[in-house]
Amino acid sequence: MRRRWQRWAIPAAVLPVLALLAYGFWTNPREIPSPLLGRAAAPFALTTFDRVPLTLEDLRGKIVLLNFWASWCIPACYDEAPALERTWQAYKDKGVMVVGVNVQDTEEPARTFLARFGHSFPNAPDPKGHIAVDYGVYGVPETFFIDRRGRVRFKHVGALTDEAARQRLDSLLEEPS
Amino acid sequence: MIPVLVAVLAVSAALTGIAGAASPVDERVVHDVAAQLRCVVCQNLSVADSPSETANQMRQIIRERLAAGESPEQVRAYFVEKYGQWILLSPPKEGFNLLVWVVPFAGLGAGLVLVAVVLRRWTRRPAAVPSTPVDAAMRERIRREMSGGPRP
Repeated sequence: MRRRWQRWAIPAAVLPVLALLAYGFWTNPREIPSPLLGRAAAPFALTTFDRVPLTLEDLRGKIVLLNFWASWCIPACYDEAPALERTWQAYKDKGVMVVGVNVQDTEEPARTFLARFGHSFPNAPDPKGHIAVDYGVYGVPETFFIDRRGRVRFKHVGALTDEAARQRLDSLLEEPS
Repeated sequence: MIPVLVAVLAVSAALTGIAGAASPVDERVVHDVAAQLRCVVCQNLSVADSPSETANQMRQIIRERLAAGESPEQVRAYFVEKYGQWILLSPPKEGFNLLVWVVPFAGLGAGLVLVAVVLRRWTRRPAAVPSTPVDAAMRERIRREMSGGPRP
């Protein structure tokens, strides 16, 4: 009787630990679900690098692609920069607004970055990081997709691609306005 | 190197001074709240301990919110609302999270019980071993050797 109990004791103790380790190794520690998905996007009031005021309120009724970036973010921000401009060109007449938020940066290198990629959509600095924290930004680049009703619907962590942007924007455009 | 360090320290001291002068917030409360929050760009560092720019901005946000009249709990709740419970260095003691708080102590207790049981068994075992029966030939040999008789 005691022998049988002992035979099961070791697997019974080891298996849960192995299961926990397996679970831990399968999950990506950098992939943390945003609690903001499905909730109203935090309002913001920015002044773009061209000195134009821009608020989320102004964009009501539009689908907003909100991209957080920094000029020191190499290579991800540089990788996605051309795709952002292409996305803007492809969707600007379809009721989509692309907005860049420059975080933890200084003005000079940020302007150089914008000039280098010829970004023609509004870009604005977030000098105190208020907007970044309001959107629960961990690092750059991160991109949020806000629907016509002003709710955060998708979050993309890392360099955005044309395909990823198209997929999300198209699904939001299909929704009745 | 040293002049650079001195300059950095002087600038940060000046900045802290400005921030301190601008708000009547108790810096210990700012530190308390920041110490409970995980620095989002670091590995296992709190917002209070991290020298990163992000943590610096977060400390400033904590300071501003406290200055605006929010309680430390409300400031904490703001960060949890934006980042989820992940931002808290110690998970709240409720629901599934309770496991994190209970399992280590339960494991320790179970281990102590196990050690106690095993120790008792080990210390008792010699007494429990039955003595080998002594047959007649052995008895005779013992008797002979004890009495100092001739050895075979």
